[in-house]
Amino acid sequence: MLVSGIKSRPVYQGLEVDPYARRHLFALGGEGALALLERPELKDAEFRAKAEILYAADGSTHATALQAAGAAGYWQAPSIPTLLTRLHVMLSTAHMGLRLYTAGTEGFIGQVMKVGTDAGVNFHSIRTEHRGSLARRMSCVHCKGITENVTTSPFVCSHCGLTLLVRDHYSRRLGAFQGVCINAEVPAEIPPVEELYK
Amino acid sequence: MSIAFKKETFRDDFTFRNSPAAIRRFPFPFAEDSYMYAVNIEPHVSGKTGSVFEHPIDVDEHYVGEMEDRAKVLAEDPLRCQALPHMMPAQWDLLELLMESKAKSYPDVFSLTKDGDKWHWVNKALGIDDKFTFGDTSTLPYEPMEYVTRQSQGDFCILDQRDNNLWMDAGMVTTQADWSLDFDIGMNFMEWHGPVPLAHQLGVFERALKFMLNLQHGHPVRRFNWTMTINPRLDTSPENYHKWGPDRTTVTPENVGEKVHLRVELQSFFRLPRSNAIVFPIRCYLISMQELVTIPKWGRRFHRVLKGLHPDLADYKGLTRYRPTVVEWLSQYDDGAPTSPGWDPE
Amino acid sequence: MTKNVDHEVEVTAITQVADTVKRFRLVPVDGKTLPIFSGGSHAVVTMRGTDAGGAPVLYRNPYSLMSSPNDPSYYEISVLKVLNSRGGSHFMHDRVKVGDRLSLSNPVNLFPVEHLGRKHIFIAGGIGITPFMAMMDGLAAQGGPFELHYGFRSRTHGAYWRDLQDRYGEARVKLYCEGEGQMIDADQLLEHQPLGTNLYICGPGAMIAFFTDKARQAGWPVENIHSEQFLAPPSGKPFLVKLKKSKIEFMVGEHQSILEAIEAHDIDANFLCRGGACGQCETAVCGMDGEIQHNDHYLTDDEKQSGKKIMICVSRFKGGELVLDL
Repeated sequence: MLVSGIKSRPVYQGLEVDPYARRHLFALGGEGALALLERPELKDAEFRAKAEILYAADGSTHATALQAAGAAGYWQAPSIPTLLTRLHVMLSTAHMGLRLYTAGTEGFIGQVMKVGTDAGVNFHSIRTEHRGSLARRMSCVHCKGITENVTTSPFVCSHCGLTLLVRDHYSRRLGAFQGVCINAEVPAEIPPVEELYK
Repeated sequence: MSIAFKKETFRDDFTFRNSPAAIRRFPFPFAEDSYMYAVNIEPHVSGKTGSVFEHPIDVDEHYVGEMEDRAKVLAEDPLRCQALPHMMPAQWDLLELLMESKAKSYPDVFSLTKDGDKWHWVNKALGIDDKFTFGDTSTLPYEPMEYVTRQSQGDFCILDQRDNNLWMDAGMVTTQADWSLDFDIGMNFMEWHGPVPLAHQLGVFERALKFMLNLQHGHPVRRFNWTMTINPRLDTSPENYHKWGPDRTTVTPENVGEKVHLRVELQSFFRLPRSNAIVFPIRCYLISMQELVTIPKWGRRFHRVLKGLHPDLADYKGLTRYRPTVVEWLSQYDDGAPTSPGWDPE
Repeated sequence: MTKNVDHEVEVTAITQVADTVKRFRLVPVDGKTLPIFSGGSHAVVTMRGTDAGGAPVLYRNPYSLMSSPNDPSYYEISVLKVLNSRGGSHFMHDRVKVGDRLSLSNPVNLFPVEHLGRKHIFIAGGIGITPFMAMMDGLAAQGGPFELHYGFRSRTHGAYWRDLQDRYGEARVKLYCEGEGQMIDADQLLEHQPLGTNLYICGPGAMIAFFTDKARQAGWPVENIHSEQFLAPPSGKPFLVKLKKSKIEFMVGEHQSILEAIEAHDIDANFLCRGGACGQCETAVCGMDGEIQHNDHYLTDDEKQSGKKIMICVSRFKGGELVLDL
């Protein structure tokens, strides 16, 4: 469970299975594979017959286990962007009765949820579980550029080069935390870099 | 009633000043000698003649200057005005609210004539005379929210009501105290208030949200918020933090009176009819310390409020760096005498 | 904190639209206009008259606004003459005439169209058709996709079915006449709807429960299922209520809610939906000698157990006396 107390961050309730869903669509990234592999429902053949998996290994080693899990569909994406593209197309022809689940890093979850809500899925109905690194996707408030996998504060924006403070303010729409210039007032005053989000 | 609109700037040479009349009607937000958050919501009903509460939408001597500044902000950063696609009915609701209100309250400056859905809007202060079809965006030079808020002082957030929550799904935000519309758009009530310290523990937001969800048409409410700004700069956005942030280091005992400003936000909440959304105008008023202390009660009280402010609040409002200097300067205006409750000058 | 402002309206037309349904056209007096509203809104109508003995009576009922939301020159409501009426619907049918005056609250919307929905399916049972009429009017103007499935007992019992099909076409308006053996095929309806479809049900409680259940079992998330039920406050044995602040006490009658009893004593209590759903009438309990019967959908289980709060529009009491902080 991620640290509570950050009000703008969603609560990732866990991959609770909807017993009534006609189709279970899992969009998993990295360590998120474990969130499904550890579900007791996976033992149930009826559940597996309705389950489809989209997986981006993103450096993790769970692909083999996930493929062997026996779901009705399994597709391994070479990268997160390609997973999202596939998801988008699948949702555009899907029917009510499909339940969307996603697990992985916070940034991954945020991007999947964006694809889901853009396709008309109610934000509250998506089941989410955080797994893996606490590294943050960061949005630079100055240039709007996204910097992936940030583990320190401050950090340097990969687009405009400003040194940014990592704020505990999260946007679901962007799937990212807010970064604000840390040394605007006194340029020489830069706090030491701390590794906070591993 | 005619208003003498000033020619002034809120950047670069900062020629903004309040006339004596503007000082006297300033919405000084402290009713007591100390400050803490509260759900300080009250009905937005008409108040004293000449006060900022006289009309539902207040227009003052700074109108023209503020609208010019807004146009500049938008030219530099169009992301300050955004609306999610489903908010079009709410945009039209807002246009109707602001036009009708201003035409009714200030008939020598604004006029609105309707012939069915053919509307004719005149804004003498800005030299605008437009005919358009209500509901047809292609008959206006901008989308309705942008069109009308380019002619209205203060920021505007339109909150969609669904799933027992409020969602900031549209806004024109160019005079904000350090928050980003582009980042916050799409957030719900609890999320966009995320960064505010202490208030969550006090349960302030839970109560406020419950109240807002039941806000009725025809019964707007209001509350006040405040912070401080160095130089009368309206655009204190996080996007431009690198431009105004350094100002915070330039406060000296000699320039407090001229540079340091109290910034008060008159926030109101109106239920919109067609969309069932809520519009949240945030009207910003600035006053320099030297103008403020011309009202003795305010000089005394603000000294006490600022001195006793909780450090977390001071931090969140960005006052930490210069607070001691300002408190010291204000102390010369505080003779320790009692101040009357309420905000009006004595 | 929000008081219920009344608009004074005159009844300018009464039309018998079905066996037990009358439509009332309400026009503001003094040449004012009524507020524009969003489809799904209702207004609370205050009826004042005298009973058989000549004593003044006050009825307050919420009615869905079925007229076009964008035309503020009039409102229309449809009233079903309920068999076991607590007085309101009978009063409307039997006593109100053209030219009479009524009071209306501002419109309140507790059953809105979901703005983010991709498609809207309306399921109406009987008089439950009324909120959908305004919602469809609004959606049609915006070009939003919708379907209506309207079930009624008989062709003479169901109101507006012909008008609706004429206006929106048979593709969008499906009719089910119970008397002719036509029933909504819920399974088929729910099977292949696109993602982002929202379901709205308005009608008798059993119908709402049935379709809500069917939708859940078809895998629809609860967030996509919406309903509105016109619940009259439940009846029960009379009981004694004491108002601490107002320093009065009175009996709440068998077919009267606590809120209505308070209003009958000319005290202005807060209310909004009058159906136990919105929370506006929440009242603090100072003391009691008995048990509260919570009939609302608003308080949490803990709050209900604590006995410290009561929703006076629908809940009742069993026992000696109930003391309220009013």
